[in-house]
Amino acid sequence: MRVTINEKEIHVEEGTTILEAAKLLNISIPTLCHLHLHDIKYLNKQASCRVCVVDVKGQDNLLPACATPCKEGMVISTDSFRAIQARRTIVELLLSDHPNSCLTCAMNLDCELQKLAGDLGIRKIHYMGETHDEPIDDNSYSIIRDPNKCILCKRCETMCTEIQTVGALTDIGRGFFTTVGPAFHRPMNETTCTFCGQCLAVCPTGALTEVNNIKKIWRAINADKYVIVQTAPAVRVALGEEFGLEPGTPVTGKMVTALRRVGFKQVYDTNFAADLTIMEEATEFVNRVKHDGKLPILTSCCPSWVNFIEQQFPDMLDIPSTCKSPHEMFGALTKSYLCEKMGLNQDQVVVVSVMPCVAKKYESHRQELQGEGGHRDVDFVITTRELAIMIKETGINFLDLPDSDFDNPMGESTGAGVIFGSSGGVIEATLRTAYHMMTGSELPDTLIEFHGLRGLDGIKTASVDIEGRTFNIAVAHGLGNARKLLEGIRDGTFEVDAIEIMACPGGCIGGAGQPYHHGNMEILEKRAQGIYAEDRNKEKRRSHQNVHVQKLYKEFLGTPGSKKAHDLLHTHYTPRPKL
Amino acid sequence: MFLFDQEENREKIEEFIAFMDKNREMDGALLPVLQEAQNKFGYIPEEIVELISSHMQILTSTIYGVATFYSQFSFVPRGKYSISVCMGTACYVKGATDILEEFSKVLGIGLGETTPDRKFSIVETRCVGLCSDAPVVMINNQVYTHFKRADVDHILSILG
Amino acid sequence: MAQTLAEIKEMAWWELVKRLNETPDEYNIGHDSISLKGDYYQLQERIALRNIGIINPDSIEEYIATDGYFALQKALLMKPEEVVKVVKDSGLRGRGGAGFSAGRKWESAAKQQVEQKYVICNADEGDPGAYMDRSILEGDPHSVLEGMAICGYAIGANKGYIYVRAEYPKAVSSLINAIDQAQKLGVLGDNILDSGFDFHIELRLGAGAFVCGESTALMESIEGKRGMPRNKEFRTTERGLWGKPTVINNVETLANVAPIINKGADWFSAIGTPLSAGTKVFALVGKVNHPGLVEVPMGMSIYDIVYKIGGGIPDGKKAKAVQTGGPSGGCIPSKMWDTKVDFESLEEVGSIMGSGGMVVMDEKDCMVDIAKFFLEFSVDESCGKCTPCRIGNKRLLELLEKFTEGEADYTDINKLKNLSNVICTTSLCGLGQSSPNPVLSTLNYFYDEYKEHAEDKHCRSGVCKQLLRYEVNERCVGCTRCLQHCPVDCITGAIRERHYIDSEKCIRCGECFNNCPVDAITVY
Ligand SMILES: Cc1cc2nc3c(=O)[nH]c(=O)nc-3n(C[C@H](O)[C@H](O)[C@H](O)COP(=O)(O)O)c2cc1C
Ligand code: SF4
Ligand code: SF4
Ligand code: SF4
Ligand code: SF4
Ligand code: SF4
Ligand code: SF4
Ligand code: SF4
Ligand code: SF4
Ligand code: FES
Ligand code: FES
Ligand code: FES
Repeated sequence: MRVTINEKEIHVEEGTTILEAAKLLNISIPTLCHLHLHDIKYLNKQASCRVCVVDVKGQDNLLPACATPCKEGMVISTDSFRAIQARRTIVELLLSDHPNSCLTCAMNLDCELQKLAGDLGIRKIHYMGETHDEPIDDNSYSIIRDPNKCILCKRCETMCTEIQTVGALTDIGRGFFTTVGPAFHRPMNETTCTFCGQCLAVCPTGALTEVNNIKKIWRAINADKYVIVQTAPAVRVALGEEFGLEPGTPVTGKMVTALRRVGFKQVYDTNFAADLTIMEEATEFVNRVKHDGKLPILTSCCPSWVNFIEQQFPDMLDIPSTCKSPHEMFGALTKSYLCEKMGLNQDQVVVVSVMPCVAKKYESHRQELQGEGGHRDVDFVITTRELAIMIKETGINFLDLPDSDFDNPMGESTGAGVIFGSSGGVIEATLRTAYHMMTGSELPDTLIEFHGLRGLDGIKTASVDIEGRTFNIAVAHGLGNARKLLEGIRDGTFEVDAIEIMACPGGCIGGAGQPYHHGNMEILEKRAQGIYAEDRNKEKRRSHQNVHVQKLYKEFLGTPGSKKAHDLLHTHYTPRPKL
Repeated sequence: MFLFDQEENREKIEEFIAFMDKNREMDGALLPVLQEAQNKFGYIPEEIVELISSHMQILTSTIYGVATFYSQFSFVPRGKYSISVCMGTACYVKGATDILEEFSKVLGIGLGETTPDRKFSIVETRCVGLCSDAPVVMINNQVYTHFKRADVDHILSILG
Repeated sequence: MAQTLAEIKEMAWWELVKRLNETPDEYNIGHDSISLKGDYYQLQERIALRNIGIINPDSIEEYIATDGYFALQKALLMKPEEVVKVVKDSGLRGRGGAGFSAGRKWESAAKQQVEQKYVICNADEGDPGAYMDRSILEGDPHSVLEGMAICGYAIGANKGYIYVRAEYPKAVSSLINAIDQAQKLGVLGDNILDSGFDFHIELRLGAGAFVCGESTALMESIEGKRGMPRNKEFRTTERGLWGKPTVINNVETLANVAPIINKGADWFSAIGTPLSAGTKVFALVGKVNHPGLVEVPMGMSIYDIVYKIGGGIPDGKKAKAVQTGGPSGGCIPSKMWDTKVDFESLEEVGSIMGSGGMVVMDEKDCMVDIAKFFLEFSVDESCGKCTPCRIGNKRLLELLEKFTEGEADYTDINKLKNLSNVICTTSLCGLGQSSPNPVLSTLNYFYDEYKEHAEDKHCRSGVCKQLLRYEVNERCVGCTRCLQHCPVDCITGAIRERHYIDSEKCIRCGECFNNCPVDAITVY
């Protein structure tokens, strides 16, 4: 099909939208509601904001480029006076019902509406009038919803309903006062929301943002607490983006230095706890296999996923591993083992996790994850983005920082720990160790990379032969895929032995606390490459080879799966059916 | 808040469940089901939304989203008498605004509100298709045509 | 069928004539036709309304007596494409608003090579001030069922839906009864009239959302969702209800189908104008002596409708304008009442045919206020999906409120225009695309009134209360009644002396005016 855009001709396939055709010609058309994440089959095609309208010859009306398929011979102009004026008016209209409080907004400089207003040179809002004045929902530990900043693009709803199949959000009401939010205007923490945060990862404005814990951490640091920080695997390959580096660039060393400068007393690596998680989980797996226990075993390091199974599959709570997530294990150990070692009292110690995740903010408040005396295993969780803000706030020149190493004894990790950050990584790491546990020998280096379990396919499968027995493995990321897997298990169409599930597309590298990808999924790809490169560069790539982990068992925990390990490192689940 | 008395409504709830069962196979059954609920209970209690959700396997968020779209559905009970003043074009040019104002003044409630004794609600209606007899007022299903501002007191005293 | 249609007709015709002869003043009864008597009907030509007020809508026999279901019988003996051709050649255009050729719509759906197709009758009649569909559904439901069945046969659909407003309970029960009778008689259901053709009709009730009259929103609603219009990527004849090819036609459109099949395309296309064939039903309401439904050949002038049929303006008032097309239409000033009512002519003068609402307005109607009224409607009924309609119409309404409240200045007139244009050209569906029409057309024809509101803070019709001024005139007898009623105590004056109103403080509530026994309060 031949179309002409701004006097340039191009041949496109049937079904190509004007927006896609323009892109091929390097002509940019502003968009706001439209979002297409090919790799995870997410398409928000509301055609509702009307910011992308263009002039098509022979048409009285302007047409939305994002949702108008090209037709043979179409003559399109994206920059006609009429189209530009209309776009401007539309953005003005959006701003006329908007708080316009950019300076104090969590999305400042990351906001698509703000950028659009800048790009279109909006200097005055000609039409003013009544505005939304709805209460802000800051009742949950993870997500803040400010409906007054919502532009009704429904990206969040599409994400929550179609990709995550949670369906916590809907559009409510009609006309000017339409909002997007939970049924009965309930606060998010009273809904089926799992706090995966994927809605806020795609929200173009500050209508959905994470709960910000930065102030609390400054307060703790300045209150002379012994503030200990740990960083998740996925953080190190994304943090650099906030400082202008290519996605996937590992900045582990600089990050550790920066955390020390910020004022954390000790800086640890959650990867250590990831190795520990593998020891516990592989043990559990091997035990279930040996004693004809319940299979498949499901990984349990994603709190959003734990929420999901508790709410939606309350009948299947006997299959997930009882392991706490790595950072919670770390927290529990800090408040026991480390405190003991350093002669500190639990009350003096504050554990902060830097995570790619907003669900972990909620997770740290789970009743089940509190130690003796109501001490939370982890006190505060901040996201990669929040860490970047703290670094900027301090005025540290991040790019010029020298590298430094994590503190020990809980700073060392193997390549298995780092791949936790990417979808498929946990199960891959588990297999490396389970193989050892079952056979006593090591998986050869040439076989430890399970490429079939990597990448952005929704459900990935592989099988491994261990001592003559074939184990079927499946990996799902995104809760919609998780649902498919679970339903398959329930009705017997999926016969698998071990499953990894991560709520976020791509796993934690695509977590909602990471720098915004703004629709560019290549970023996730690059972060994953960064992670797998870290693994490859490690001398030790199997969790059981982690010397400090071995030492921890010897000094403190006994053996994997011991009573003490159970008390500190394992948790339990409660059915919480919700509709 | 109005409380929904499950016990008092037990029979209606059972009939309602039977209605859902009968229409389970119907495509796009949500709207007819909501209409049945609105007619049966006079409004759509939260408990009924949950019931529809579990019975028909539809998300509560979806049900809420759909129900809040249509003005037929209400989440609070309306008064015993629902007074709707037609605000369609024909009635408007024949003075419907004055009538609405008068009801509002006499009852002391605005549009979409219910008197504290839950006797009267004022709701807005648009064209009930009796334009040649405008202005039109409907109280529950009773139609009053050629309505005059001065009729307000009289009507209310009859119902009152 | 135990009896043939002809046999039923034979008997029912005489029964009907017998019944009507009881009140012979009301009917002209010919040997094979019956019509309503009286001046009001003289200039009308009733096709869609042919049976209204004549047959008993609850009786399928009486419908058959006036040739009911003969068109279906005839169509079933034709090839489907022949049926499409007759409808196409007749020039029948949609009566629901857009005026799209019914035949072309059918043709497009007929061409789709899929098993499942649907026919939808749009009976959501939402235009405030139009009620022809209600009248047909209540007075002649079978005419719609027959039209649908013929459409189903022509396009290859065997399922039909009627989406009818819940606010029309009588129409609903009339339809339920009619469907039941038709099924029993075998003119609906399986193997209709032994032709092998099946056609089933299901009723769905609207739930109070005007936008559900828009075809794709209506389909969403039948599907059990929020009735929000779909982006126009596909024709509904390709992907409509549940993604299947669907023909959606308005009640009045469908009521025209049977006569066209019976009498032929040429008969129909000879009525009306070359581009707008046939008749149109108008709901003539507002400031007119004989309000009611009138069905006239396309191309009759507004003047003839208002004066010759409607009997002119009551109370000796001066005519000002008619509004056609409801919230999507426009106002046509009385000086242009030689305008013909057909699709093209109305569009030329900045209005539309719409569903046939025709509201007559006199000098006591303020055109800014009328524009505001329609905009309020659009704001209330906007589904809220797209920005220009959701926020734009709200801002447009707020601008109009500035005019009626005396807070507008001349720059606001430009704003009205610019914003209206953006809303029209960028909105997703017909509601937003046409909601500024009442503003644009009144701006066009009644610019002076806008200017007066903005610059002189004056409303010549006395409708905009905030612009009124109250003054005590020389008739005042000093009774103090006004003074006692004024809620803001802005009236002064001693007993038996002329009173005075402080215009600054006056909130224009009208209480003084209402209570003065001697008409001593002037309002202007
Ligand atoms: C906002 C809106 C409301 C509408 N309401 C109605 C309606 O109430 N009845 C109707 O028949 N058509 C209505 N229409 C027109 C329909 O979209 C559609 O064009 C019509 O039903 C097609 O039938 P027709 O071709 O027989 O006219 C409406 C359109 C819009 C944009
Ligand atoms: S959401 Fe965007 S435009 Fe709105 S206040 Fe925040 S940064 Fe500014
Ligand atoms: S952009 Fe403008 S408003 Fe914002 S901080 Fe700078 S000067 Fe102030
Ligand atoms: S956090 Fe996840 S589950 Fe919760 S509303 Fe957002 S997308 Fe849905
Ligand atoms: S909350 Fe954000 S993503 Fe959701 S509709 Fe509003 S602006 Fe869009
Ligand atoms: S996948 Fe990772 S980032 Fe996403 S919710 Fe789960 S733990 Fe958090
Ligand atoms: S134009 Fe109005 S009614 Fe139509 S889709 Fe947009 S918001 Fe909804
Ligand atoms: S209009 Fe009302 S406020 Fe003004 S003078 Fe009369 S009674 Fe007083
Ligand atoms: S009510 Fe009339 S007559 Fe009496 S004081 Fe007032 S203006 Fe004068
Ligand atoms: S981006 Fe195309 S309409 Fe929103
Ligand atoms: S960050 Fe720890 S499991 Fe993802
Ligand atoms: S406008 Fe009131 S009945 Fe039609």
